[in-house]
Amino acid sequence: MLIKLANAKVYDPANGIDGEVRDIYIQDGRIVSPPADARVDQEYGLRGRVVMAGAIDPHTHIGGGKMTIGRMMLPDDHRGHEVAHTDITRAGGGHAVPSTLTTGYRYAEMGYTACFEPAMLPANARQAHMEMGDTPMVDKGAFAMLGSDDFFLRQLAGRQDFAAIKDYIAWTMHASQAIAVKVVNPGGISAFKFNQRKLDLDEQNSYYGVTPRDILVTLARGLKELGVAHPLHVHGCNLGVPGNVETTLNTIRAMEDLPVHLTHIQFHSYGTEGDRKFSSGAARVAEMVNQHKNVSIDVGQVLFGQTCTASGDSMRQYGNTKSAHPNKWVVMDIECDAGCGVVPMRYRDKSFVNALQWAIGLETFLLIDDPWRIFLTTDHPNGAPFTCYPHLIRLLMDKGFRNDMMQKINPDAAASSTLSTLDREYTLYEIAIMTRAGPARSLGLRDRGHLGVGACADITVYEDNPDREAMFATPLFVFKNGELIVRNGKVVHVTQGATHVARPDYDPGIERSLKDYFSRYGTVAMENFKLSDEEIIGGDHGSIIIQPTGARV
Amino acid sequence: MSEHAASQSFTNVPCPFCGMLCDDLEVARSDAGSLKVIKNGCPKSSSGFARSVSGAKPQISGRDVELSEAIQKVSELVRAAKQPLYSGSATDVDGMRAIMALADRSGGTVDHALSAALERNLSVLQSAGWIMSTLTEVRNRADVIVIVGTDVQKMHPRFFERIVCPPESMFDTTPEKRTIVFIGEGLDTSGAVGPRIGDVITLPCPSDQIGDVLSVLRARLRDFPVSGQDVAGIAISDLESLAALLRDAHYSVLVWSPAAFDFANGHLAVHTISEIVKDLNTTTRSGGLTLGGNEGLTTASSLCSWQSGFPLRVSYATGKPDYDPAIYSVDRMVTDGEGDLLVWVASISTQLAPPETNIPTVVLGTPGLQVKRQPEVFIPVGTPGVDHVGRLIRVDSVVSLPLQNLHRSELPRVADVLQAVRATL
Repeated sequence: MLIKLANAKVYDPANGIDGEVRDIYIQDGRIVSPPADARVDQEYGLRGRVVMAGAIDPHTHIGGGKMTIGRMMLPDDHRGHEVAHTDITRAGGGHAVPSTLTTGYRYAEMGYTACFEPAMLPANARQAHMEMGDTPMVDKGAFAMLGSDDFFLRQLAGRQDFAAIKDYIAWTMHASQAIAVKVVNPGGISAFKFNQRKLDLDEQNSYYGVTPRDILVTLARGLKELGVAHPLHVHGCNLGVPGNVETTLNTIRAMEDLPVHLTHIQFHSYGTEGDRKFSSGAARVAEMVNQHKNVSIDVGQVLFGQTCTASGDSMRQYGNTKSAHPNKWVVMDIECDAGCGVVPMRYRDKSFVNALQWAIGLETFLLIDDPWRIFLTTDHPNGAPFTCYPHLIRLLMDKGFRNDMMQKINPDAAASSTLSTLDREYTLYEIAIMTRAGPARSLGLRDRGHLGVGACADITVYEDNPDREAMFATPLFVFKNGELIVRNGKVVHVTQGATHVARPDYDPGIERSLKDYFSRYGTVAMENFKLSDEEIIGGDHGSIIIQPTGARV
Repeated sequence: MSEHAASQSFTNVPCPFCGMLCDDLEVARSDAGSLKVIKNGCPKSSSGFARSVSGAKPQISGRDVELSEAIQKVSELVRAAKQPLYSGSATDVDGMRAIMALADRSGGTVDHALSAALERNLSVLQSAGWIMSTLTEVRNRADVIVIVGTDVQKMHPRFFERIVCPPESMFDTTPEKRTIVFIGEGLDTSGAVGPRIGDVITLPCPSDQIGDVLSVLRARLRDFPVSGQDVAGIAISDLESLAALLRDAHYSVLVWSPAAFDFANGHLAVHTISEIVKDLNTTTRSGGLTLGGNEGLTTASSLCSWQSGFPLRVSYATGKPDYDPAIYSVDRMVTDGEGDLLVWVASISTQLAPPETNIPTVVLGTPGLQVKRQPEVFIPVGTPGVDHVGRLIRVDSVVSLPLQNLHRSELPRVADVLQAVRATL
């Protein structure tokens, strides 16, 4: 079937198209060249409508045990947000941590066609993929968490051959069906198990004697040499700690020229100025990021209301339990592999700290020059549920709206932020970069995030509504693999997305030491630790797309 | 194929017969198709794998029928039911997915046979939260292990061998010898022996007074005064010694199964354990470890949570998931005469009988399931990890295991039967 999207106003930054009126042809799930004489089976007249590739969320906690802990812990947050089944969709619901089914539907209804779970514990990978398998509509992928796992720390402390470390990184990506690697509070999750309560960039893990700096540089270099497209995804030291801006700046310096992605950087951009010893470090971070082309970031914007923070960072989440609202929380030490902390949080606009967090995130967005190196996230659900994205987009695109919102926040926070002096308004082209082309390029999704010939026909059509929140909340049409899945912001066809993985080369000889390690210390055999393709394809009715990796060096 | 295949042996076999999901079993299959655990077995796995299921046929009111006819009958019953109840729920991930989908479609209520125990934990999770550990973490890191009111040896016959007494631990800072404390009555302490075990302290007390003992322990940990010399037969000085032991430990672990707290306000004992662990973590490290999770309970609970947004005991009667752990206990509903169809899934052990009820009952069960009243429909189903592949989530809610098909029988999967039912609705 040949589908024509006629006279659309196209924003396709990967191909340099900025609002030009064009036709797009779709055949067999792909975007194709204008056919010379083929008959168009279905035509959508889109004069005046905005067309972008399907949006991609490169950092959203949608699958894995900690989300399900949140679901079990917070029925109070989910009551009133239940959703009935329809003829085509399943029942579900939820607010801060929605059910997997509702998550898939809602993402699609906002024009998203791919979502990446950034904190998959290898020990929990099977469940993370099962949950993503129950997240319909969108493509998925996950980043394997390394850096506080005992196998790696033993390699590093034992000064093992770098090739063996690379083999282990690559093996873990295969075993857990990952597309990238994330490090969370490098070495700090392990350090917390040895009763250390903080770990700055150059502090040693008391047992292994290695520092976060060692871990960051080793993993970043390893991924680069393995040819993995997405750079090391870094949740740095000292999350949420006033003064952590110094750690963040030092982390960027520590990476030298190695490619690195610093995630939810808002939570890592805090100074200690002012009467309350809490201030914005956004300008300093933005200046540093602007200067360092090897660095990309996502923001982790805070928006006001009830949410639930969920992180692998057991050390810092334990520290954050003081702010839990409601006052209940879970912290876990997990499998000599990682940890987690799930802490409900209510961000209040009248709170100085929360209001300044909100402002710091927006300052960061507005001060970063290059939209290709900053991605739009709330670190769902840590800063706010992903359903707030349209509101966030309006804050970025509409200075008048932003200023109106500033009138409502804690006045001391407003006064201590430079936000009111920042006149920048994001353009649709820049939004398309931050939510499509940039994440796709960073993750190495060659045929996603753009509308060129050969691209997967994941396409979102919006009304060009001057109220950008309304525009991005309710797309007119969403196509997934060329099929119409959403019309007027409602699911009209249910589909199952693919799982994106990357599979860098490794020497299978690494399995000798892994097998020994698992059998001596573990409670799962190495063979059973590994997640097979069949579990995703047969078990979860999914499919796997192997994204290319560069040659190993 | 089963009768004529050559004998073979399977390695790294995960065992579905308790919540620990040990996965180091070796199981041999004879030419005739019978299974025998030949390495790393325990009483539960040995009998579970060895059990024969041959000759079981679907039945409608005791009459043998073809599977398709039985499925047709279940479809009619589900279609006619105004308030179907889905429980038992002893199945694997795909089976539970099928239960959820069918309940969603038919406006049913979802529960698990063993959820009363789980509720004691969930009420604490939902009111206070906790700090938890997992099996591998405890195996390598714990220096003091306190077992509270739970006969772990009986519930998980290899817990002591695999978690408490492993030949070695990963960290040379973990003491060679661990201190093991048992609080409660009638607990089998025989597993706490061997080169890894140092002091074994037993503090006997009646089960239903565990909460009082824990409260005094917590009070003394916080240096709150306590009157009297003893509580529930335990000298307060012994609890003070235990408090000191826990304070000095580098990684103490408090172990319980909520199933053992089947007494009034049992959830408060869970709460006190969790608060003790929290208190300890202000100065040192400590974790909780909750056990049980047999019969696929952890899988059912997790999957219900991720698909519906709420933990178990969810009703879809209005079309939306409605969570209420008091109202939607299927045990209570059956007792109080609510519901007009019971669909009972028990694919793992033979122990999980459906509650006695006069409402029409459909049983998807492993052959040999102890059923007191003949159900309207009985469909013999395979056991995940024995008769077909599958996946289960372990009791610590972190690790899940891929289950193997050991080709004991050709019995259908719960998932396939219920998907076929749903397809007809």
